[in-house]
Amino acid sequence: MDELMLDGNAVAGMLGEVFAVEMTTATMICGNCGMAGAVGATHVFRGAGVVLRCPHCDNALVKIVEGGTRMWMDFGGMRTLEITL
Amino acid sequence: MTWQVADVVGVVAETPHVKTIMFDVPGWPGHRAGQHVDVRLTADDGYQAERSYSIASAPDGTRVELTVVRIGDGEVSPYLTGQLRPGDQIELRGPVGGYFVWEPPLGGPLLVAGGSGVAPLMAMIRLRAAAGSDVETRLLLSSRGWDDIIYRDELQRLNGNGLTVVHTLTASQPPGWTGYARRVDTDMLAEVGPGPAERPRVYVCGPTPFVEAVAEALVHLGHQPQHIKTERFGPMGS
Repeated sequence: MDELMLDGNAVAGMLGEVFAVEMTTATMICGNCGMAGAVGATHVFRGAGVVLRCPHCDNALVKIVEGGTRMWMDFGGMRTLEITL
Repeated sequence: MTWQVADVVGVVAETPHVKTIMFDVPGWPGHRAGQHVDVRLTADDGYQAERSYSIASAPDGTRVELTVVRIGDGEVSPYLTGQLRPGDQIELRGPVGGYFVWEPPLGGPLLVAGGSGVAPLMAMIRLRAAAGSDVETRLLLSSRGWDDIIYRDELQRLNGNGLTVVHTLTASQPPGWTGYARRVDTDMLAEVGPGPAERPRVYVCGPTPFVEAVAEALVHLGHQPQHIKTERFGPMGS
C-alpha cells in the first residue's frame, strides 16, 4: 500500500484507541444529506487533524485532533452512529 | 488497542519500487484477510509518523507481512523500503478494520486492484489457498508494466483451481503481449465477470481515482453499491 490511505479504514486504529468495538463497520447517517454508510467507506482527509467526510455530499461528518495525551472528537456533522455490539 | 513491537524477520523486493517486509509480532492476536495495521516510526528527537498499511499475508500465527511502495518524498515508506533489515524493530498497532474483509465461506468474490492495491486482496487469495478453497474467485490487476506486477510469480502459481487472474498493463507491454493494455473500464469488467446477476462480493483497492472509476463502472454494469467494498489510498504513484 502507498502511504496515505484515504478512507475510513485508515482511522480504524485511531478509533480503536477510543471505542471498544470495531468501528469501520459501524453505520453513520450524514447530518446533511441523510445518507447512511459504513465508517470504512467515508472519505478521510489528513491535515493537522483528521476529517471524515460523507462520500455522497462531502459534509464533514467527524473531526478528530490528537495532541499529546488528549484527543478531541467532533461528531457534529453526523446524525446517528449505529454500532454492532 | 495498543502499540506493540514487531521484529523484522525478512525483506523481499517485489518490483523495483516495492518491497514486502515480514514481521514477527510476539502476542499477535491474528488477523482477517483485508485488515490492516498502523505503523509508527519515532525519530531520535521524538517526532513520530504513523501510516496505515494493508496486511498482505494470510493469517499465520505471529507472522505479518506488509507490502510497501517507496514514495520518493514520503516520510515513512523510504525508511520501510530502504533502511529496515532483519533484526530491526518497529511499532505496529492492529489488526484494525472489519469493513474490507473477506473469508472463504463468503462465495465468489471479484477482486479488482490497481498497483499496490493488490496487497489486501493478496491476503484474501492466500487465505483462500491456505484453506484449500476452490471458490470461484477472479482477480483483475492493473499494473503499469510487466515488471511492475506485484506478486507476479505467486499469482501465476495460484492461478487455477477456481482462481482466475487477469492482468492489464496500462503503460508498457512486453513483446507478444495479448492481454489487456488499457485502464480498467466497463467493457473489461463485463468480460472478466462475474456479472451482477451472480451477485458477487466485489473488493476494489487502489489509488482514489482508480477506485472511483472502477466503482462507477461496476454500478453502471448493474452491481449493487452495497456489494462493492472499496479501499482507497494516495497519493497517486505516477
